[in-house]
Amino acid sequence: MAELILDSVSQSYAARQIIADLSFTLPEGMIGCLLGPSGCGKTTALRCISGFEPIQTGEIRIGGEVVSRPGWMLAAEKRRVGMVFQDYALFPHLSVADNVGFGLRGQPSTERLARIDELLALVGLAGHAGQFPHQLSGGQQQRVALARALAPRPRLILMDEPFSNLDVELRERLSLEVRDILKRETTTALIVTHDQHEAFALADWVGVMHEGRIQQWDTPYNLYHEPANRFVADFVGQGALLPGEVINDHLVEIELGVLNGHIPVECGARGCDECVRSCHVDVLLRPDDIIHDDDSLLLAEVENKAFRGAEFLYTLKLPSGQRALSLVPSHHNHAIGEKIGIKLAVDHVVAFRRE
Amino acid sequence: MLFALAITALVLVPVVVTFSSFAQVDGDILAHLAEFVLPELVGNTLWLMLGVGIGVSVLGVSLAWLTAMCDFPGRRLFDWALLLPLALPAYVTAFVAIGLLDFTGPLQTWLREGWGITGLPEIRSRGGVILVMSLALYPYVYLIAKNAFATQGAIALEAAQSLGLSRTQGFFRVALPMARPWIAAGLMLALMETLADFGTMAIFNYDTFTTAIYKAWYSLFSLAAAAQLASILILFVLVAVVFEQRSRTRMRYGAVGRSAAQRRIRLSPALAGLAFLYAGTVLAIAFLIPVVQLALWARTVLADDLDSRYWDFAWHSVLLAGIGALMVVAVALLLAYAGRQRPGTAMTWTQRLATLGYAFPGAVLAVGLFIPVAALDNWLIDRGRSWFGFGGTEILKGTLLVMLLAYLVRFLAVGFGPIDSGLHRITRSIDEAARNLGSSTTALLTRVHLPILRASLLTAATLTFVDIMKEMPITLMTRPFGWDTLAVRVFEMTSEGEWERAALPSLAIVVAGIIPIILLTWRGTRPLD
Repeated sequence: MAELILDSVSQSYAARQIIADLSFTLPEGMIGCLLGPSGCGKTTALRCISGFEPIQTGEIRIGGEVVSRPGWMLAAEKRRVGMVFQDYALFPHLSVADNVGFGLRGQPSTERLARIDELLALVGLAGHAGQFPHQLSGGQQQRVALARALAPRPRLILMDEPFSNLDVELRERLSLEVRDILKRETTTALIVTHDQHEAFALADWVGVMHEGRIQQWDTPYNLYHEPANRFVADFVGQGALLPGEVINDHLVEIELGVLNGHIPVECGARGCDECVRSCHVDVLLRPDDIIHDDDSLLLAEVENKAFRGAEFLYTLKLPSGQRALSLVPSHHNHAIGEKIGIKLAVDHVVAFRRE
Repeated sequence: MLFALAITALVLVPVVVTFSSFAQVDGDILAHLAEFVLPELVGNTLWLMLGVGIGVSVLGVSLAWLTAMCDFPGRRLFDWALLLPLALPAYVTAFVAIGLLDFTGPLQTWLREGWGITGLPEIRSRGGVILVMSLALYPYVYLIAKNAFATQGAIALEAAQSLGLSRTQGFFRVALPMARPWIAAGLMLALMETLADFGTMAIFNYDTFTTAIYKAWYSLFSLAAAAQLASILILFVLVAVVFEQRSRTRMRYGAVGRSAAQRRIRLSPALAGLAFLYAGTVLAIAFLIPVVQLALWARTVLADDLDSRYWDFAWHSVLLAGIGALMVVAVALLLAYAGRQRPGTAMTWTQRLATLGYAFPGAVLAVGLFIPVAALDNWLIDRGRSWFGFGGTEILKGTLLVMLLAYLVRFLAVGFGPIDSGLHRITRSIDEAARNLGSSTTALLTRVHLPILRASLLTAATLTFVDIMKEMPITLMTRPFGWDTLAVRVFEMTSEGEWERAALPSLAIVVAGIIPIILLTWRGTRPLD
């Protein structure tokens, strides 16, 4: 295990920039995640780190050692970086045990066998050592792939959309299991996914990527509650943006009232703190920022509703015609078209300047 | 890429050579050909294609439907046993049929002497050729149509029935049209084999292009005439190739539903009996009776013919087939790897062209490759004389070179298919996984690629080996002196009507031919795919 550092890395292919000025630090033993829509460059970033793609600018360091810089890269087989592929890429001609032991060549056979047993036990496949990949279910293949990647004790584990071939239920269970396995092996790991639930369940650090750039590298909590820009606010979690006007450096007025708190307006090219008074912003309201209160004088019309078991997600139409989302305990079952009372419960004010 | 292009060039040489033969027209011969030979050849060929086309379609599709979609006694046995005629080269079925059904054969003699029945239709006729070729080649349609029905037939039929069609209407209006591209592909393969066939035509004395090329080569000693006939034959072949490739691109391996296994059509006892009788009769006529007859004949000559000469023929067959198979596998492997290194449209087309040789009749390849090699030979001898004072009349001509090159061109597709599909199973991520786990390039090849490909390589080698063993025209026309094989022996004995003596070498070829069918049924792969 080792720290992973990307320092302003760019990569382009046939005059098209795939990743641009990518920088982040994943501390030793932590699980990081690159999250973004397809085509945002996250898989390319992973392939640069694993040593299958060259980089054009910047530097990649693993445990302090430079492994990629423009014009040079350490061969993939010498990096000691393990990878779990989207299609698992298990060797079809080898048994489960031989797959896991593939990277352990050159070690004494007793140590090898011990390590194979240890890993199969870790991923819960101790009884399947002699089976072949095609005899296993998707989830089992996935765990063999993880065990195989972990076996040679790599400095870093990379996982490319590790759960995309599995059904939803299995996905949630496995992502918790995988986190547990990675933590027990105390491995530094970087995972690529387009699914924020997966990212939040697995990772200590998440980087949201868009158009080849990291938009924000932060903890899942901060990504949700303090998104750095409109893209992150929109991509991570649900919510609505309501127009508002800044009164002073800690007050902003929107249709539903005045919000009190620190107002970190999105930083643009013109700098961050220009707007302290009477400038126009969009304020992010998460569904849990608007709560239902029958006594409230503030009314909104139920335009749509989605039943989620424990709660309803209501789409509300405000008097001005703006729309907002509200998460309401499910015993408050209101009909579409009904007007219900709401009030604000905002902990973090998130506002983006209107252009 | 360069290698792939070189192989493509080699494949295209015979085509270019045969067509360029029109540059130096031998007026007398051409006039003779055009007046006396061509009309008959074209007529014979068209009748043959029509008859065999109908024959293989009817036999292949009906049997495929029965085994894939219906349930009747013996179905599981017939499912693979109906492929067995693939092991019998058409020329073997041909001489057995003549031996059995000729005027002097056992059947007619028995009918005549025992019952006074005469006037059975003559077997040595157009109808006879068509019958024999249809029985020998229907498995091409059967195999490919069976796959189509098994993967989409049940769903198609249920959909049709839910829309109010009867089962019979469902078959003709939905299942059959859906399977059309597959059936067409199988049919075209069968027609290519018909065009390429030499042995059967020679035995039946039915003049087609292949036999005419052989005669021009050996009786008229006119390379030009042979080449001109070959070029006309290629035109026929190219039509078939175009149709085949078109139907191939229309074959979509769409989502495969549940297999038809649990939902076969239950036939009524009477219909089931008829189905059994029908499939049993086809199997008996196309395979069982000929093989039994071969064995009986072979026994009568065993004492005299199983001598050192026989073992020489067998050894030559095995040696040539072995060398040829190794060559084909090596080249196919390189071609498949080239496609893996540089994927793209250009490479796909290069590979397609390079494996087009399966469509070219052996007689065409023999002519098309002999001419340039002879020319090269003369050039080499000239140079040899003028530079080194080295004399001689032939360097390459009398060697195995032409023959092996022709085998390579003709059978490259047979070896390429299994190797390429095997290689496709090794995805890019498998390579990368091995690298991430510390494998060098050598380790990647020896620890991952070779073990995964082993089965494909073996399949490719076996299929090619057997095809070369059965091959007749290339071997006959280009073998160096003293290189007679089992197939050549069959040709010589049948030319003299000595069926009993042709049976022994035939039997060896048939036994070898059964191996790939077992392989096919075990692995579920297709012979020319």
